[in-house]
Order: sequence, then structure tokens, then C-alpha cells
Amino acid sequence: MPEPTPPTTPPAPTAPSEGVSRLRADAVTLGYDDRPVIEGLTAAIPDGSFTVIIGPNACGKSTLLRGLSRLLKPGAGQVVLDGTEIRSLPAKDVARRLGLLPQSAIAPDGITVADLVARGRYPHQGLLRQWSTVDEQAVADALDATGTRGLAPRRVDELSGGQRQRVWVAMVLAQQTDLLLLDEPTTFLDIAHQVELMELFAHLNRTGRTIVAVLHDLNHAARYADHIIAMRDGRIVASGAPSEVVTSSRVEEVFDLPNIVIEDPVTGGPLVVPRGAPVTATSGARP
Amino acid sequence: MSLIRDVPPIDVGYRSSVLRAGPFVVSLRRRSLVVATVFVAVVLTLGVVALGLGTYPLAPDAVVRTLLGGGTELDRIVVFDWRLARTLAAIVLGGFLGIAGAVFQTVTRNPLASPDILGLSNGAFTGMLLTVVLFSASWPLVTAGGVAGGLVTAVVIWALAHRGGTQGFRLIVIGIGVAAMLSSANTWMLLEVELDTAMFASAWGAGTLNGVAGAPLAGAVACGVPLVAVLVVLAPRLRQLDLGDDVATATGARPGLVRALSLLVAVGLVSVSTAVIGPVAFIALAAPQIARRVAGTPYIPLTVSALVGACLLLVSDLVAQHVLPVALPAGVVTVSVGGLYLVVTIIQEIRRRA
Repeated sequence: MPEPTPPTTPPAPTAPSEGVSRLRADAVTLGYDDRPVIEGLTAAIPDGSFTVIIGPNACGKSTLLRGLSRLLKPGAGQVVLDGTEIRSLPAKDVARRLGLLPQSAIAPDGITVADLVARGRYPHQGLLRQWSTVDEQAVADALDATGTRGLAPRRVDELSGGQRQRVWVAMVLAQQTDLLLLDEPTTFLDIAHQVELMELFAHLNRTGRTIVAVLHDLNHAARYADHIIAMRDGRIVASGAPSEVVTSSRVEEVFDLPNIVIEDPVTGGPLVVPRGAPVTATSGARP
Repeated sequence: MSLIRDVPPIDVGYRSSVLRAGPFVVSLRRRSLVVATVFVAVVLTLGVVALGLGTYPLAPDAVVRTLLGGGTELDRIVVFDWRLARTLAAIVLGGFLGIAGAVFQTVTRNPLASPDILGLSNGAFTGMLLTVVLFSASWPLVTAGGVAGGLVTAVVIWALAHRGGTQGFRLIVIGIGVAAMLSSANTWMLLEVELDTAMFASAWGAGTLNGVAGAPLAGAVACGVPLVAVLVVLAPRLRQLDLGDDVATATGARPGLVRALSLLVAVGLVSVSTAVIGPVAFIALAAPQIARRVAGTPYIPLTVSALVGACLLLVSDLVAQHVLPVALPAGVVTVSVGGLYLVVTIIQEIRRRA
């Protein structure tokens, strides 16, 4: 059961309205090969929010995202999109409302950027009308939004990691969905490219999209999200605004990491500074 | 209501044309169009050459005149009764094999995973031999036996290999093993049956276009065309699968269903081809890779694969019939060239994985 967020502090002005959710999980059990990673979890994604799911490795955060994006079938419970059980909706219908950037995306050898981004138009295309000016406009908009228009004729395999990730984001944007789910979108990128992408997601959020991202970097979560879901061992430990969730005690509870939380000198929000984890192995006697 | 803006042109990195036919709108790569047109021309030319060659030679212009309804009585007999079925079989069944190989290689993401390497043609042939031995040699029954044999083989391979997924090396190794076992079972059956049947079936066993008759070919086409039509529907879905199962699912394609259906169609195409011309190797293996390289696409193009397959089988049959000092089954030619190709591809694959 999720722990209710304490109603003591009023939400920050930018916080999304709680209670209105196009996408939610109702008591879902999710796992692989009959081994549940998550059991009976309930979570709602506030509309218009930039929600970030954090937690240690194997806590079930990516599993939850896969469940929310109907990549994983719940063993029990259901995921509800716009009031309907998501698996009962036609596959393309869901894809026109909810976009996902998974970790396992494969760029075919030799595909060009524009071609890859155009694949995001698939749910809008039929057997007869496989290309239209609407598709072309959507691809152009997606390229512009991610700053990759100049890369359009290049081959994806020639790009740097940061450029490639932007192109994949463009592909998901070309789907033109209001809901955008991102599974560890900044992993394997250097810090400059991580920040660049986070700024892009924040911009997409400000221009009306609901964003749900699984992130490893707590400070990115604290800085860019307006709603954080902290998970551990398949449960939600805390959820709410960053100032409520990113506290020293919570971070220690979730990650087993002694830390102090200071004020971010740039944003004024919480900033986690690790104290260093205790080494449990015997490291010789100390005076 | 949507605001109509001028769409700024996107440089997609290659030249493309938007093709419109009524409600059908599709954007095609210019290079693929050119390549396809060239291959159509080559196939037509080779077809005319094939129809002209033989003990009663006809000049190309005489062949064309006869095809268009002119020519002498004898010309018509030679072209329509003696040679047309064989030439059409090479074109159509070569095309089926090219498509089947393209589907297998696309779904498995492996240039070695073609139906001939995996033993599906051998399995179809086993089904045909069993039908001949147990029931009769009438072509509808033999065709049904071939399709049943192909399907059973596919199920057996899937049962043995599915733990490793369809994209692993395990599938290839198991397929090659099944192919070898079926091949020896086929040889054993040929040794056991009566001499007449064995003589007839062993020539067939290498894959040959000798003695292709109109009726079995028409049967194969009647089965194959609906299968190809199913693939036309599946093709855009297969393109989404190229991006990985997660992206495919997220964009609204159903990978499991698409994979199962397209493999089923491919098994069907291989089986109906094998039922007419026996297990011809190499076409399904090489045509898709040649098509991809020539068309320069980031995926295996189905239409070009079909055209390359038609071309390869037509050329192989011409070489087998007219170039070699002794007339041999076309399958012998494709196996010789294919063996070389297979060795080179395996070496490349091992280098790539190392």
C-alpha cells in the first residue's frame, strides 16, 4: 500500500492538481516469469505533471513504467488510461495517447534520423494512407522541438550518444501523445547531455505534456520533477512534491545512503549530498 | 479543425517519391524504385531468353510475338506448352522463396536464418515423400503433404529453440541439425521406395524445374498469392519490429502476433514452392541480403527480395539447362553457389560477434 502523503504542507504553486489522472495503476501486480516484482501497487500520474520515479536498482521502477505503458501485463489489478482498462483498448489507440521511450530501442543499421523519427507516425497511419502531410508536419515539429532538424539526413549510427537520445525522443514526440513515458532516458550520457535532455523534458512538460520518467539521478529528479514517486522493494515509499519526498530521512530510507539535504544554490530546491556509504567489509583495525 | 501550414521540406537523407493511387498513399525510396524497375526488366529479359532456348530455338522477337498472340502454330506449342510453365515457375516460385527468406531474416534479425538453412524446405520435402509413399503422387495431395511437412518442421524447430528466442544463434544451430536429420530421412525414404518413384523423386530432391507442369504451378500460385497479400498488410508492422519489441509495442504494433503470422506465411510460401520444384537451396538465403545491399535500405525490402529471388532462380535454371555441359537440376547450381555464399556469411557473422 502506498503511504499517503502528509497533508501538512500545501503544494507548491507549480504542483499539478492531485486527483485528476488520465493514467493510473490500480492494485497492480507486475513481474516476470510469475515472479512478482511489484504486488498490489496503486499509483496515479497527476495530469500535466513532470513525474519522476526514483529508487534503488531492482526496486521495480522500470517494471512499473512498463506496466503503465502496457508493455507488461499485470498478473492482478489493472492499469487505467482515460477511464478504460489499458489492455482492452486497441493497440494503436493507446499509442496515439501514450508514448514511451524504452531502454531497449534499436536503431536499424543505416537508418537516417528523419526515417527513424517518421516511425513514430505508425499509430496514425493506416493500410492505405501510409504517408500524409500531417505526418510530415509532425516529423518536422518533433525534429524542431528536439533541435535535431539539422541532423535529419544523417545516419543514426553516426551520431553521438546525446544526439541519438534526442532523436529517439523526437521519434516519441512524432507520435503526438499528451502522455510521455521515459525509461532512464539519461543513462549513459555525460552530465552536459543529461542536463540538456532534462531541460528538454521540462520544456515539453511546460508546453502541455504529462511526463513520467524513471531516473537514477536524485538531484535531477529533485530539480526537474514536480511530482516524485520513491520506490523500494516493489512498494511506493513516498510520493509527492520534491520538497516532501527528497528529505534526508526519506533518501536514507529508500537508498540506505547516509546523506544531508541542502538547499540547491541554483533553484532553492532540495539537493542531496551523500555522506558516503559505510563499508561493511573488514578494512583493518583503526586506531 | 486544424491549421494548414506549408510543410517545410525535411531532408530525409535520400530521395523519395510519394506514390498516390486513389486512397493509397505511400512514400517510397527513389533508389528502391529504380532497383525494382531494373530487376523487373532483367526478369522479363531473362524470361524471354529462357522461353527461346532449347532444342527448338526461338529468337527473342519470335518469343515476344508469340507471347502477344502471334507466331506460328509450332512457336505457340513450343512457348506455351513446352516452356512457359517452367519459366513462370522460376519467376513466381523464386519470388516466393525470396520473400520467405526476407521475412525469416527480418523476424530473426539474422542473415543466416533462412527457411532452407533451418530445414523447412527439407521438412516440406519429407512431407511430400511421405505422401507419395503412403497415399498417391497426385499433385494436390503432394502439395498438401509439402505444406503439412513444412508446418510440422516449423513447430518442431520452434519447440526445440524457443527458449533461446527467435533471434539467437541457438535457432540456427538447431535448424541446421533438423535440416541434416530430415535430409538423411529423405535419403533413407528414397532408398526404401520403388525404383521408379525413387528415380523421379531423387532428381526432385535436389530441387529442379524439370517437368514442372501447369496445374501444380497454378495450385502453388493460388495458395501463394493470398499469403503474399497477408504480408502486404504485415509489412509496415514488420518495419516497427525492427526498432525492438518495446518500441513496436509502444507504437501500437503487436510483436508476438506479427512475428507468428509472418513466419506462418513464410513457411507457407516455402512449402508451396517446394511442393512444385523441390527443396531449392540458397535463393531464400541470398536474395534478401542481395536485395538489401542493392537497394541500400536500412531494412530488408520485401518487393526487391522477391525480384532478386526470381532473377536468381531463373539464372540458375538457365545455367543448369543450357550452360553446363551436362543438364543438371537447378538445385545443384544453387547449392554450389549457395555453399560458397553460406561459408562467407558464416565467417562474417562470426567476425561480427567476436
